[in-house]
Amino acid sequence: MPLLELEDVQARYGAVQALHGVTLDVDERQVVSVLGANGAGKTTTLRAISGTVRRSGSIRFDGKSLPRSPEAVARSGIAHVPEGRGTFAELSVDENLRLGAYSRRDRSGYERDLAAVVKHFPWLDERRDQQAGTLSGGEQQMLALARAFMSRPRLILVDEPSLGLAPLIVRRLFDVLRAWIDEHGMSALVVEQNANVALQHSERAYVLEVGRVAVSGTADELRGNEAVRRSYLGY
Amino acid sequence: MADFLQQVVSGLASGGVYALLALALVLIYRSTGVVNFAQGEMAMFSTFVCWELIDRGLPYWVAFFATLAISFAGGVLIERLVVHAVSRAAAITVVTVTIGLLIMLNGAAAWIWKGEQRTLENPFGTRTFDVGGVVVAVQDLGILVVSLALVAALWVLFQRTRLGLALRASALNPESSRLHGIRVSWMLALGWGLAAVLGAVAGMLVAPTQGSFDQNLMLPVLIFAFAAAVLGGLDSPLGAVVGGLAVGVILNLVGAYIDFFADLRLPAALLVILAILLLRPHGLFGRAAVRRV
Repeated sequence: MPLLELEDVQARYGAVQALHGVTLDVDERQVVSVLGANGAGKTTTLRAISGTVRRSGSIRFDGKSLPRSPEAVARSGIAHVPEGRGTFAELSVDENLRLGAYSRRDRSGYERDLAAVVKHFPWLDERRDQQAGTLSGGEQQMLALARAFMSRPRLILVDEPSLGLAPLIVRRLFDVLRAWIDEHGMSALVVEQNANVALQHSERAYVLEVGRVAVSGTADELRGNEAVRRSYLGY
Repeated sequence: MADFLQQVVSGLASGGVYALLALALVLIYRSTGVVNFAQGEMAMFSTFVCWELIDRGLPYWVAFFATLAISFAGGVLIERLVVHAVSRAAAITVVTVTIGLLIMLNGAAAWIWKGEQRTLENPFGTRTFDVGGVVVAVQDLGILVVSLALVAALWVLFQRTRLGLALRASALNPESSRLHGIRVSWMLALGWGLAAVLGAVAGMLVAPTQGSFDQNLMLPVLIFAFAAAVLGGLDSPLGAVVGGLAVGVILNLVGAYIDFFADLRLPAALLVILAILLLRPHGLFGRAAVRRV
């Protein structure tokens, strides 16, 4: 049974329908990516899951129907790293990490998970008192991942992690994501405009076109798909 | 010199009260982006509640803390029932609603307590003591200590607790806060509750200094608190406290030494507001950012 199952999920912003019925699923311990052009509905798909946009259709998480308010979704074990990374710019790195752990019920695990996060991002420990808004873009993206990890999510939703970052940093982000999945048994649904990067780091992918799934398959299948290659991979 | 210091000390006492009310204004401004014009009337209403409880036979400090609890519940209730309903509306709508609340609370107090002059017990007594020629009233000292203690308690709540962190996060980035599982909408209500508690303390401290009071007790105090909040920079809690103490001292000195202002402290406060808005619109500690009013 997949960890997350979306069936015919629709969403709209006022009069504009952004999702026309998206069906997809994410298995345990997998990285699944959502590809597509601007306006295809990638970000809206994540927002429909986390409850930050109203949706219809069925979303099941761990076999149960997913609640619809962002607070309840967060508490049920889904962390969302949104567009713009959701940084609390005026607060310190440490306070950002504490907010990451806000939704968890066992507060005793905080120090242990902080150590686990610091293992992957050692610089976080030295700069716990620094104001988060003064970090570089790459550092803020790492902080966003670290903040999400602090909630010990079963599923992490990441919106455009590669946006505006150097290839080396993007690679490091995906490596840490994979390492965390291996160590802690998590799954990830990643939205990416950079299809090359995304396919390199995921097991499976969905390609959205105007609010619908146009193509889906394993990363290898999509790389071999003539149309996908021409439209999204550029070779 | 002794006379000057005496004016400073009594200015600090009134300043403590302005600081509390200014802090309440800042608390709500930071989380909702609007100035709560009803803040003073909420405080006045709390003061009447305290008077009523004492009138019915409760000892002063029991009535004091009961008033805090009632005010907190009242603040939360006002947010849930009134302000929340317009939370998605334009800022000007919310401001108008708070002005409506001001008029309503004032009218309700006049109706319930008959618009008569009441006297609230002074818990600190009327004794004075002498520090190197400066006569200090125990009441002034008590007001200052209670005000600063409350400020310190709030600081601990906001800076040292998980709830305080959630309150700050909700004000700074509501959308991201919700994604972290924080019930932002309840945090706003909690903010109103805390603001009401600050106001209640301000009202209960200031009422005995006036001799007697009626439903118009807090109208001038709110203007002084506005001056304090604007001086500190509307979004800075530290600014509100420093601004409150500064406005208290400045107005006391101006009233004492410039004959023209002896009975014109209120216009003097308005001059302070005007001067700050013209010279340094973001106040002493505020951020110079473009914000909705």
